[in-house]
Amino acid sequence: MALDKIGIAKRIAQELKDGWYVNLGIGIPTLVANYVPEGMNVEFQSENGVLGMGPFPFEGEEDADLINAGKQTITVNPGAAFFDSATSFAMIRGQHVQLTVLGAMEVSQNGDIANWKIPGKMVKGMGGAMDLVASAENIIVAMMHSNKTGDSKILSACTLPLTGVACVKKVVTELAVLEIINGAFHLIERAPGVEVDEIIAKTAGKLIVPELVPEMQI
Amino acid sequence: MNKVVNHVSDALKGIEDGMTIMLGGFGLCGIPENSIKELVKMGTKNLTCVSNNAGVDDYGLGLLLHRKQIKKMISSYVGENEEFERQMLSGELEVDLIPQGSLAERCRAGGAGIPAFFTPAGYGTEVAEGKEVRIFNGKPHILESALTADFAIVKAWKGDTEGNLVYKATAMNFNPMMAMAGKITIAEVEELVPAGHLDPNFIHTPGIFVQRIFKGPLFEKRIEQRTVRKKT
Repeated sequence: MALDKIGIAKRIAQELKDGWYVNLGIGIPTLVANYVPEGMNVEFQSENGVLGMGPFPFEGEEDADLINAGKQTITVNPGAAFFDSATSFAMIRGQHVQLTVLGAMEVSQNGDIANWKIPGKMVKGMGGAMDLVASAENIIVAMMHSNKTGDSKILSACTLPLTGVACVKKVVTELAVLEIINGAFHLIERAPGVEVDEIIAKTAGKLIVPELVPEMQI
Repeated sequence: MNKVVNHVSDALKGIEDGMTIMLGGFGLCGIPENSIKELVKMGTKNLTCVSNNAGVDDYGLGLLLHRKQIKKMISSYVGENEEFERQMLSGELEVDLIPQGSLAERCRAGGAGIPAFFTPAGYGTEVAEGKEVRIFNGKPHILESALTADFAIVKAWKGDTEGNLVYKATAMNFNPMMAMAGKITIAEVEELVPAGHLDPNFIHTPGIFVQRIFKGPLFEKRIEQRTVRKKT
């Protein structure tokens, strides 16, 4: 069965490593923070200016001055730090953040990503996404395999305006884990109960399928 | 030099039609809300506003947008605002969308006397169109220029009569860089204290960057996305 959003977040959480600083984008990526493996120490950075992000506040304890990049009220863990936007992006551009997880509207087989604009329809702006994808060494995209009209979001080339070029390393969807190597998607794992044929059918970009495709362990 | 002004209307004196204004804040967090309300009252028009976001429909810079006081916005993210989207798609409003890190650094550079810098952000995208590309360490970068403003308006938690500022939590965001980049920088603060009452070890923005300071009469501090968990 295909994963739900929580399943995708849980699978991405398996990529975390002790001591990492991690930036999580809005949407599914935010959920990853809930599934950090027991005993592992990971610090979450939010580009509006906080390291050491904690869970949402208890009702009645929200602070308008303390939010994440999704403008949601948050708390901080002991040892947290606040800083200005230039310092925040120094952390990102300077590659002090080990992992970036973000959503996408399209990803191409050479690692291009589009997630900020649909010409004539939706223009929200790129926010920090262009800085993040241009600099991060390790980028995982969390998204659904297809869009709402059923078209594959995993393409040979993006059709929407790009956010960054040749930057995405890994994609986790409700169906599969894909790695991008040398201009092709490589099928690494499939969601529990999902057939390889379904993944092939729903992937528009070049897909390399090994003989044996293990199931994700969620 | 006396930097303290008693009323927001004195603080904003000299802001005229057609000027470029920087406004601190991320979403509605750390915005100079008293000054924005005063700009609405003043009715100043054709403004170019540099601000990470454009407020929401009925608050923050959304108030100026509704009265068509803004000619051009320089921002990184403008979702959450229908009137903005309408004015932009109809061509009434000029919009320059900039990667958030580049926006922050362009303000910092403007205040720091650095005319331009190279960044990898935006290479290979629309943002890079018309910009010089150069390879450093095997990686392409684009040339981004500094930003300055006729006035920068920032919001701080505490300030002293020398103009030294301390911000609270994530309400800091763009405020320190914009404070540096304004020809005249106006700070509205929640608490205004005499010189000597703030620990010099913990000043975020040194007073040299601030020309006018006032205590904001009312901070509504709207929350855009109230997210909570239940006590168990």
